[in-house]
Amino acid sequence: MSEQIEMAKAAIEKNCRLNDINVNLGQLQLSVDPANLIQIIDFVKNDPSCEFKQITDIAGVDFPENKKRFEVIYHFLSFRFNLRLRVKTQISEAESLPSITSIFPAANWFEREAFDMYGITFTDHPDLRRILTDYGFEGYPLRKDFPLTGNVEIRYDEIDKKIVHEPVKLQQDFRNFDIQSPWEGTKYLDKEVKESE
Amino acid sequence: MAINTNIEETSPELERLKKLYADKGFVVTSINNLINWARTGSLHWMTFGLACCAIEMMHVGTPRYDVERFGAAPRASPRHADVLIVAGTLTNKMAAALRKAYDQMPEPRYVISMGSCANGGGYYHYSYSVVRGCDRIIPVDVYVPGCPPTAEGLLYGLLQLQKKIRREGNIKR
Repeated sequence: MSEQIEMAKAAIEKNCRLNDINVNLGQLQLSVDPANLIQIIDFVKNDPSCEFKQITDIAGVDFPENKKRFEVIYHFLSFRFNLRLRVKTQISEAESLPSITSIFPAANWFEREAFDMYGITFTDHPDLRRILTDYGFEGYPLRKDFPLTGNVEIRYDEIDKKIVHEPVKLQQDFRNFDIQSPWEGTKYLDKEVKESE
Repeated sequence: MAINTNIEETSPELERLKKLYADKGFVVTSINNLINWARTGSLHWMTFGLACCAIEMMHVGTPRYDVERFGAAPRASPRHADVLIVAGTLTNKMAAALRKAYDQMPEPRYVISMGSCANGGGYYHYSYSVVRGCDRIIPVDVYVPGCPPTAEGLLYGLLQLQKKIRREGNIKR
């Protein structure tokens, strides 16, 4: 298996413009610029020493402190060589990524999900609309600045005979309990033990 | 014939009729009791499985708990159903569909809210996409607590609903 990784790695290094390439836990990981994304993904799909023919997932991450806020990670599987590959790329809120649906039709819904959850846009996507959240939903729920409870809640209005959206009004505020397991030793106990010593 | 009689049993007129017809192969009861007996004995439920609670709802229909011995059977269409079992997390996106299903059910109709999520949002109470209790969308008759409730628990909820129908059941509702 390590032989296959080395071969795939050599082929990718030779033919693609990368920022970084490394092997972590027996899996290949690339860091690329959005401009080179299409060429690289097309290459790893069709190159005879790679054959990453299957797309597993497209993940998004939000780092609000970064200049390029979003990280998008493509996961691929090579059935032929039993290899996995991650392709990472970063974009800012104003930028958009090229859609890879022309190479992997299965990426269609993954890209829609990334758009739904983070507001990442993909150019040349055939049908870029929300996939999971409610019809008419506003905001991008997996962004770090999105409030946990959202902005609207719904109820059925007996007079209007329809479901209405209203601003969230919680009966009890969200509480973040910080309870540690007493069997693992709690921080305050550690402190007390140190003081007694 | 297991008929629940509660009010008219004390009436002397009814007792006289009962005695008169008992050995001739007839059973005498009030129409109200007869209707309640029919209603409680054929609570066909609309399966509205939304999450893991649906698994327990399936169990209640299988031979171990066998809710069909109470005359209840699962129905795939709300137009056939008497009781709607909301089994699982009701999301904002699903709420309109739930209301639509409820509106299609013929009267008299009942609703069992099954599990923490349907009762009050449960684990997802503070989520941006979950309805904090299905009673915000449809009126609920019986709440079954648990996460998920056992099949036994749901069965008990169904029996409580039967009790409720017997208590306040009427031709007019």
